[in-house]
Amino acid sequence: MIDKQLRVLVGDRGLLGADATGIPRVAPHTDEECSLVLSVASSEGWRVRIEGSGTWMPTDAPADLALTTRHLAGVTDLNPADLVATVRAGTTWANLRATLLDQGAWVVTDPPGSGRSVGSIVATATSGPLRTGFGTLRDQLLGLTLATGNGEIIRVGGKVVKNVAGYDITKLAVGSFGAFGVITSVNLRLRAVPRVDTTMLAYGERDELLRAARSILEAGTTPAALEVVSPLATGQSRWAVVLRLLGSDAAVNADRLTIADAVAPITLKELDTSAAAQLWRTLLTQATAGETTLRLGALPTALETALDTLAHYVDEECDDWIMVSVAAGVVRWSGEAQPNRLRLLRGVCAQLEMPITIERAPWHVRSTIGHFGAYRENIGGIITSLRRSFDDRGILAVPLSDES
Amino acid sequence: MTIPPAAIDALRSLVGDQWVRSSGAALETYASDGLPTHHSCPGAVVIPGNAAQIVGVLRVLEQHAVPFVARGAGTGLSGGALATEDAVLVALTRLTHILEVDPANRRAVVEPGVINAQLSAATERFGLHYAPDPSSQSVCTLGGNVAENAGGPHCLKYGVTGNHILQLEVALPNGELATLGSPGGEPWGPDLVGLFVGSEGMFGIATKITVKLTPLPRAVRTLLADFSSLRTAGEAVTAMISSGIVPAALEMMDQKCVTAVEASIYRAGYPTDASAVLIVEVDGMTEAAVAEETRQVESILQSSGARTVTKASDPKQRARLWQGRKKAFGAMGRIDSDLSVQDAVVPRTLLPDILEQISRIGIEHGLSVCNVFHAGDGNLHPNIAFNGKDPVIRGRVERASNAIMHLCVEGGGTITGEHGVGLDKRHLMPLIFDPDTLGLMRRIRRAFDPDERANPGKVLPAHSCRERRTDHSNPRRDSTMDLEHHRPRHPHRNPALNDD
Repeated sequence: MIDKQLRVLVGDRGLLGADATGIPRVAPHTDEECSLVLSVASSEGWRVRIEGSGTWMPTDAPADLALTTRHLAGVTDLNPADLVATVRAGTTWANLRATLLDQGAWVVTDPPGSGRSVGSIVATATSGPLRTGFGTLRDQLLGLTLATGNGEIIRVGGKVVKNVAGYDITKLAVGSFGAFGVITSVNLRLRAVPRVDTTMLAYGERDELLRAARSILEAGTTPAALEVVSPLATGQSRWAVVLRLLGSDAAVNADRLTIADAVAPITLKELDTSAAAQLWRTLLTQATAGETTLRLGALPTALETALDTLAHYVDEECDDWIMVSVAAGVVRWSGEAQPNRLRLLRGVCAQLEMPITIERAPWHVRSTIGHFGAYRENIGGIITSLRRSFDDRGILAVPLSDES
Repeated sequence: MTIPPAAIDALRSLVGDQWVRSSGAALETYASDGLPTHHSCPGAVVIPGNAAQIVGVLRVLEQHAVPFVARGAGTGLSGGALATEDAVLVALTRLTHILEVDPANRRAVVEPGVINAQLSAATERFGLHYAPDPSSQSVCTLGGNVAENAGGPHCLKYGVTGNHILQLEVALPNGELATLGSPGGEPWGPDLVGLFVGSEGMFGIATKITVKLTPLPRAVRTLLADFSSLRTAGEAVTAMISSGIVPAALEMMDQKCVTAVEASIYRAGYPTDASAVLIVEVDGMTEAAVAEETRQVESILQSSGARTVTKASDPKQRARLWQGRKKAFGAMGRIDSDLSVQDAVVPRTLLPDILEQISRIGIEHGLSVCNVFHAGDGNLHPNIAFNGKDPVIRGRVERASNAIMHLCVEGGGTITGEHGVGLDKRHLMPLIFDPDTLGLMRRIRRAFDPDERANPGKVLPAHSCRERRTDHSNPRRDSTMDLEHHRPRHPHRNPALNDD
C-alpha cells in the first residue's frame, strides 16, 4: 500500500524495492521529492528511517519506510577561487574529496569510517583528528538545505564565510542524527591543499604518550592532528602518539624541531607519504571495529580519568579501538557493550561533566540509551519542543535521548 | 510607563532600589545603541548584580507577563538592545567577573558583562588571549558578543564568537537555568550552544560563558599596501584568498575612509592619495614561518598591483596601523552628525564588482559612501555619513542602504555578517529566507520562549513567518497539506525577491 503511494510521489526510478526488513526504500532525486515524501509520511503517520550509504549507522531502525539520500548526489557548485562548494548529501566523501583535489582544494575534516556519504558525516557530526588544527565539522559548514520532518524545505546559512542572519539552524542540524529532517545538501568551506603534509609517530605507554602530547601543545606548536591511539587502532602491541603537521615548509620545519625537543626522550618517527596515508586510513576505517562507536568529551587534563572510566565500564580487557584527540579533549571508542554498561558509563561520566554521544550502534542499543542519553536539567523540554517544530508528528525514527 | 507597578516593586526588593530605573531621564541613557537611526525608551531598567538576581528578575517578569531585553555595553549596530516602553531592559554591566581562567585547558569562564578586551588582558600572562576582536572590543561585553555572534578583523583566521564558545549557562525567559554544551565544548545533545550564539537575546540571557582561549602568536607582521584603484585592491584580496594563504587579518579601507582617519586624532600614516589600502596581518608561533608567509603575501600584493607595500614588525608601528583601522568608525563619525554603519557579506571573488556598484549607488542617491571592512571574509561595511535631522536625506540613506543590501543578496551574499538583524534589518529577512524558514525560526524561538517575551520584535518579521497549523484532532490529517493531490502548499520560492 505504502509502495503504491510512494510510487506516485517519486516514480519507479525513486523506489529501490524493499530492504532486508521488508519495508519500502525510497530514493528521492530532488529536494522537492524528498520534501514530498516527508510531507505525505507526516500526514499519514508513517515512521521514516533516514539512510545514507549504509556504511556507518546500521540500517535497522524500525520504520514504515526507509528514505535514502543516495540519489541526491553530486557537487552542484564549486568555486575554487572563493573556496566554497555546494554538495548534495548522498555524495560519497571519497568522491567529494577527489573532485576537490582536482581543483587543489579540500574540506579540512577527516571523518572516521569508510564509504560514507556527506549527509551521514554531517548528520552525525563525526569530525576526525583534524579537528585539532581546524575545528570540528560544524566549523567547515556555511549552510545547508534540510527537508524537515514536516516536509518543509529549509535553506539556511549561505555560501559566504560569515553570516549571522537569523538563527543558526545549520549548527542545530549538524550532529542531530537526522532528528530534525533530512539534510539534502550542504555548503562547505574549502581550503587550499597545503604544500607540506607530515605525519610522525612514536610508540609507548598510554599515559606517557598523553603527557608527551600535552608537551607538544605547551611548546606552542600547532599540529593539525594530535592523537593518542590504542594498540588495536595501530595494529601493534603498544599505544602510539600520532601527529600531523600541515602548512608551509618553514612552519612545518619549525614545528618539527620544537616538537622533537618537547617530547624527548621519546623519539618520533617521520613516515613517508604512502605510509602516512595508509596509517590514517587504517586508523579511521577501524572506527567501525566494534558494533558501537562512541565519542566522549573531556577536558584535555582529564583524559586519563576518561580513559580509565571507559576501561572500567566497557573495555575491561583494554583491547578495544580508541583514538584520543588530546588538544580537543575527545575520546572515540569502538567495541562491544551492552546498553546497561553504556548507561552506567554515561551516568558516571555525566557526573564528571563528560558528555557521551553514541555515534553508531545497533538499534537495540540506540533505542535503549539514545544517542545522547539524559539531558541536563531543563534541556529535555527544549529539545522536545524543537523536535516538534521540525517534525510535529514525530515520524523521524531517531532516538536522541534515553526517553525517546 | 506601562510596566505594572507591582513588577517594579518586586524588582526593587530583589536587586535594591538603586539598581532599578524607571524615571524618564534615567531611561533615556538606554534609549539608543550604536545605531543612531533608532531610539526607544524602555519602560524600566533593572541592573542585576549576579546570576541569581538575573534568574529572580526573569521570574518576576514571567509572573507579570512583562517582556524584557538584555543589554551589555549597548555598542550593537542593529538596534538589538533597544526596548519599548512595555518592556524592561535588563542591563548586565554589573556582571563583570572573570570566574575562572584554566590555562592548562585553554579556557575561561566569565560573567556576561566582562569586557572583551579585558579578558584578553587578564589571560595574557598565560600566553593566551580571547581571539574574536570586534572593533568595539575595548567596551563591548562578552554577553553581547554571544548574542550577536560578533566578529572582528582577526576572525578571518581564528573564527567568530561562535567558534570560541564552549559552554553557556543561560537563564531561560521563564527564569529557569539551563546549561548548554560542556566544559570542553563537546555538545551534550543537539548543538544548543551553536543555536544560542547569535540568537540576539531572543532565547534567554547567558549568565555564565565558557570560552576557548587561543595561544598568543609569538611572531606577527603587519603589512600596509596601497592601491591606485578600489578594483585593484579587491582583486588583490581575491588573489590572496585563492592562493590558500589565510592571514590573521585582511582589512580594506577606501580613500574616503583613509582621508577621514588621517584627518582625525587616530591618524595612522595611511597614504591619502591612494584609492584603497589593505592591512594584512600574518602571525604564527615561529619567526621563520611568519617571515616566509609574509614574503608570499608581499609578493601577491605586489603582483596584484599594489603601489607600495610597507611592513611593520615592532609593536608600536603595528599598533599605529591598527589604531587607524579600529577607530575608523569614530573618525568617520566626524564627517557629519550621523553615521549609518552597514554590514553585509558577499562572495570574496565579487568584491571588485560589488565595491564599484556600491560607489555607483552612493552617487545615484547623492550620498558619500565610505568603505572599511573585513575584506578577507567578504564582510563589507559601507558607511554613510549624513545629517539625520533632514528627513529627505534620511530617506535617501535608507533607500541607498536597501539598494546595497539587495545588491549583496543578488550576488549570493547575505544581509549581515556580524552586526546582527535586530530592528534594523528585520524587513530584509524575507530577501534571504522564505516564509517556511522564517516560520520555523519562530517555532524555534518559542521552544525557548513560548510567550515571545525575550527581546520582542527583533530579527523575525512576524508577517513573513508562515505559521504551521496542524489539526491535532485528526492524527492522520495535516492542514498544511493538499492531500488529495499530495502536494505541499509551500511554493519553495521567495515572494519577496519576486516583488523587486
